[in-house]
Order: sequence, then C-alpha cells, then structure tokens
Amino acid sequence: MDIVRVLHFLAGFTITASIYAIFALGLNVHWGYTGLFNIGIAGFFAIGAYTSALVTSPPPSGVRADYVQQAIGLNLPFPVGVIAAGLVCGLLAILIGIPTLRLREDYLAIATIGIAETIRRVFNNERWLANGPQGMVGLAQPLGELVPPNYYNFVYLAIILAVLVVVYIALERGIRSPWGRVLRAIREDEIVTEAAGKDVFRFKMQSLVLGAAIMGLGGALYAHSVRAIQPSVFTPLFGTFIIWVMLILGGSGNNKGVVLGAFIVWGIWSGTGYVIDRVIPVAWAARAPFIRLLVIGLLLVGILLTQPQGILGEEKQVSRMM
Amino acid sequence: MAELVGYGVVLGSIITLGAIGLTLIYGIVRFGNFAHGDLMTLGAYLALLLAARLFPALGVSDSRLGALSFGWVMLVSFVPAMVVTGLVAVGVDRLVYQRLRHLRVPPVMLAMASLAMAFILRSLIYIFWGPDFHFYTSGLRPMLMLPLGIKLRPDQIFIIVTAWVLVVALYLFLQRTKMGKALRAMADNPDLARISGIPTEQMTTWTWIIGGGMAAAGGILLGIDSQVRPEMGWILLLPLFAAIILGGIGNPYGALVGGLVIGVVQQVSTQWLLPAYKPAVAFAVLIVILLFRPQGIFGGS
Repeated sequence: MDIVRVLHFLAGFTITASIYAIFALGLNVHWGYTGLFNIGIAGFFAIGAYTSALVTSPPPSGVRADYVQQAIGLNLPFPVGVIAAGLVCGLLAILIGIPTLRLREDYLAIATIGIAETIRRVFNNERWLANGPQGMVGLAQPLGELVPPNYYNFVYLAIILAVLVVVYIALERGIRSPWGRVLRAIREDEIVTEAAGKDVFRFKMQSLVLGAAIMGLGGALYAHSVRAIQPSVFTPLFGTFIIWVMLILGGSGNNKGVVLGAFIVWGIWSGTGYVIDRVIPVAWAARAPFIRLLVIGLLLVGILLTQPQGILGEEKQVSRMM
Repeated sequence: MAELVGYGVVLGSIITLGAIGLTLIYGIVRFGNFAHGDLMTLGAYLALLLAARLFPALGVSDSRLGALSFGWVMLVSFVPAMVVTGLVAVGVDRLVYQRLRHLRVPPVMLAMASLAMAFILRSLIYIFWGPDFHFYTSGLRPMLMLPLGIKLRPDQIFIIVTAWVLVVALYLFLQRTKMGKALRAMADNPDLARISGIPTEQMTTWTWIIGGGMAAAGGILLGIDSQVRPEMGWILLLPLFAAIILGGIGNPYGALVGGLVIGVVQQVSTQWLLPAYKPAVAFAVLIVILLFRPQGIFGGS
C-alpha cells in the first residue's frame, strides 16, 4: 500500500468524521448544554444541504433542464451557500421551538422527529423543489481550481477543518460566558432558573436556533463534499441516530468529547463495514449494513448503562473571571 | 370520501392498538417509548414466522375462513405472537430500562435508550428476515361493497372487529379487575400508588406485557391490511404519538379516540395530498394540538 493511497483514505475519513463532529457540536448545544431533546437532526441536515445546493448551483440549462428540476438556482459562491444553510435552519428552529419549548422536554423530541420525516418526504415527492428522489448532482467545489481533481480532497479537508475549529472555539467561548451558564442552569433545573429571573423560553430558543444553525452548516459542508444529494441520505440512522451515539460516547456537555466521539464512532462504523464485508458470506451481503447498525445500537445502550457520562464526561466549567 | 373514512377507521383501529400501549407505558413507566412502533413490527414478523413458516413446515393444513384471505392458522398465531412480543418488552425493560431507573437517570435518558432499542430491534428484524416485503397469504383479496359507498375488504372488517374486541377486553380489565385499578392508579399518581402498597415494579412488568401484546396485535393487523416489512412500525411512530398526545398522555381511553381521529384524518387527507404525506399529516395534527391544547382533548393522567 503506498503512502498516497493511505493519505487519500485518511483525508476522506477525516472529512466525513469532521462533518459529523460539526453535527455533534450542534447537538451538544441542544442536549449537552441545554437539555433539549432533538432527535430530528436529519431534518436540519437535509435543509442545510439542500439550501446550500439550491443557493450555489446555477439554474439547469440546455439538456440538463430536460431532466433536472429545481425551484431556484442562484449560482452564488460557496460561503453564501453555507451561511444561507445556517440561517434557514435557524429559522426552521424558531418555527419548531414556538409550539414545543414551553412544554415537557419529550414533546420537542416528537416534534423534531416529525419535522425530519416531513422534510425528507417533501424533498422526495416535490420534484419541482429539488429534483425529487434523483436529488441534485454536480454541486460546487469551493477552490476547485487550485489543485488537480484527484487531490481536491485535501483542499476540502482544509476548509472543513477550518470551519470545525471556528465552530469549536466559538462554542467554547459561548459556553464559558454568562449566557452559557444560564443554558446549563436550565438543563439542571428549569424552575430554579426561571425563579432566578431568567427568561427560560428565550434562552432555550436561542440554544435551539444556534445548534440548528450549526447543523445547517454541517449539512451544507456535507453537500459540497459528496457533491450529490438525494432525500434517501437523510435517514433517522445516518442523519440522527449515529450523531447521538457520537455525543453520548464522547461525553455529552464536553465539546472536546463530542468531537472525539464523532471520530471514534465513524471509525467503528467504517471499520466494522470493512471487517463485515470480508467476513460474511455473499448471500448475506444485503443484510450486512444492519449488523453494523446492531453494533452501533448495542454500543449506545452499553454506554448508557455503564458509562453514561461518556469517555471524557462533562468538563467542569468555571468562569474566566474566577 | 365515505370510502376514505372507512379506510381511516381501519388504520385508526390499528393505531389505537399501538397507542393504548404507548400511553400506558408513558403513564406508568413514565417515558416515551420510541421503540413502540418496532414492537408492532416484531409482532407482525413473529406471526409471519408462525403462520407462514412454522405451521406449514409442521404440515398443518389450512384453508381460508369464509371471505377472509387467511385461515385459522393466522388466528392461532395471534396469541403466541402477542405473548412473545410482550415478553420481549419485559425482557428489554429488565435488561435496560429497569437498570436505568435504578441509576436514577432523568426520564429522557430512558427515551434515548428506547430510541436505541428501536434501532436494535429493527436491525435484528432486518438480519433475521431480510429487507424484503412479505405477505401472510397470497392471492386476491376481494372488495365488499357496503352501504354509503364504503368499500372494504373482508380482511379489513376483521381488523376493525379484532381491534375492538381487544380494546373492550382491555377496558374490562382496567375497569373491573383489581390489577386494572392498580394500573390506573399508578398512571394517575405513581407516588401515591406506591405508598398505598401497590407493587410498582410488578405493575411495570404487566404494563409492558399489555403494551407489547397490544402492539403486536396492531402490527399483525397492519400486516394483514397491507404487507409485512421492517419499517412498517417505525413509520407508524408519529401517528402513535399524535394519537396519545391528542387523547392526553397516560389516558388509554383518550388513546382510543386519538387513534381513530388520527387514522381517519390521515386517510381522508389522501383526497388532496399524496399518500406519502400521511405521517406528515399526523405530525401537523400533533403540532396543532401542542399549540392549542397541549394536555390533549381529554386531559392527561
């Protein structure tokens, strides 16, 4: 095996793991710091990916217009697409938050699962919106002209890592601020926080919007990394469940932990795929993905029962002033 | 329209069977069981194993019952499938949820664990039975013309009747027996129930058996109505939650009305919307209830 192939593999792995790390950081804002039970990450994932795809791609022309339909095609640069993805997801979060954030915590879970399922069905059935089940292909590659196409992964890796670092630093600062302390107070005891004079609903809404916007960024980065998106990608498994396993495994309420969790779980997922493909008989090939799903599911239950705080556990957060 | 309402009652009866268990578990074990749809799927597959594999392999001969598409073998398969699903639900409770309760984790962590159980159950179903669709029986399923322009298959009338027999049986159990009373007391106020000497862990076990058994029956009926496939119960999860929130969480009679309403609304919506949007319609109803009457129409437990 030559070194270039290894590097290519590592770059591809790190890109996907880092995108998942961004989702896990968004979920950490929701669950880890505020206690918002969002199990519809796939919805924000899809909206982020499709928003950026529609904002950055040109309207279909020529032969393409015969078989590709999309509601808009703004042909704007990649950063605009990514930011738009975050904004649209933030708006969606407000709409979800209004009916649910004043109610008991599991209502938000049901609402998010519902919105994720609805979004996937809309993109699947409304062909005029974003080409239906075929989805959108040939999405923009930012800075694609810098290097030959087969080295492009390394450029995109740099972009993703830059976004990951910026999101990480911003969250670390936010969480250590007075604002972050209010979020954690809400997670621990909403009533006491309310009694201390904080507008719990507003803080929860801000947390929901911020986390959703980060998930939107993740969705956009995913779209431009694979360059082809279909509704079938944004399933409860790849869009939601695996991200929860990453968060719980790494350590809910610890940004370092969830990034670590993303890399470990994606490593386990890729590794078990590699092993199972070589071990199981061909007749069972169609069932192989579900063996991996079983492993991931058992992993989550195992952590919940034995090490519920995850690998790193929550960091003790002290104000910078102390 | 009358035709769609008819289909809605069929679907609503199936949803009700899932929703009653879900709402009892919510009220007594005190968390939203996200694996409930997959318990329905499990019940459907266990009946498939019995009716379409085990009995034929044993050389049991079967013939159709009247105008129904299946024979008595299918009827016999109901009970073991319901019991085994109930026992699986109890087993999962012992292995996972009970331990989490003893760790005194917040109830959302139980909901999280149930989400993991949903994926585990479904992956096991995929591994053992594969991703293909299955039918309990092959052959044509003729349509009956009923008054008011309602068209139903004999199978669908069987579904409604079976669902209502089970619902009435559960009603009598909850109203007339001492254990039923204890269960309702627990759903109403678990702390008061405990200090009154009701054995709460034992009640929890019975809740899972009832909830799992009813879910299995709902899953089998869904399989009779359409087909048996691994995602059948997961797709029903949103309608189930919409039904129990509509009826008030913890209230089994509310779940009954909620289930029927959601079923009818989902089917009638296909007059204007693609059938693929049925779960989205259930979700829309759910949001409207959350906005205007979050405690449900009949109030919670």
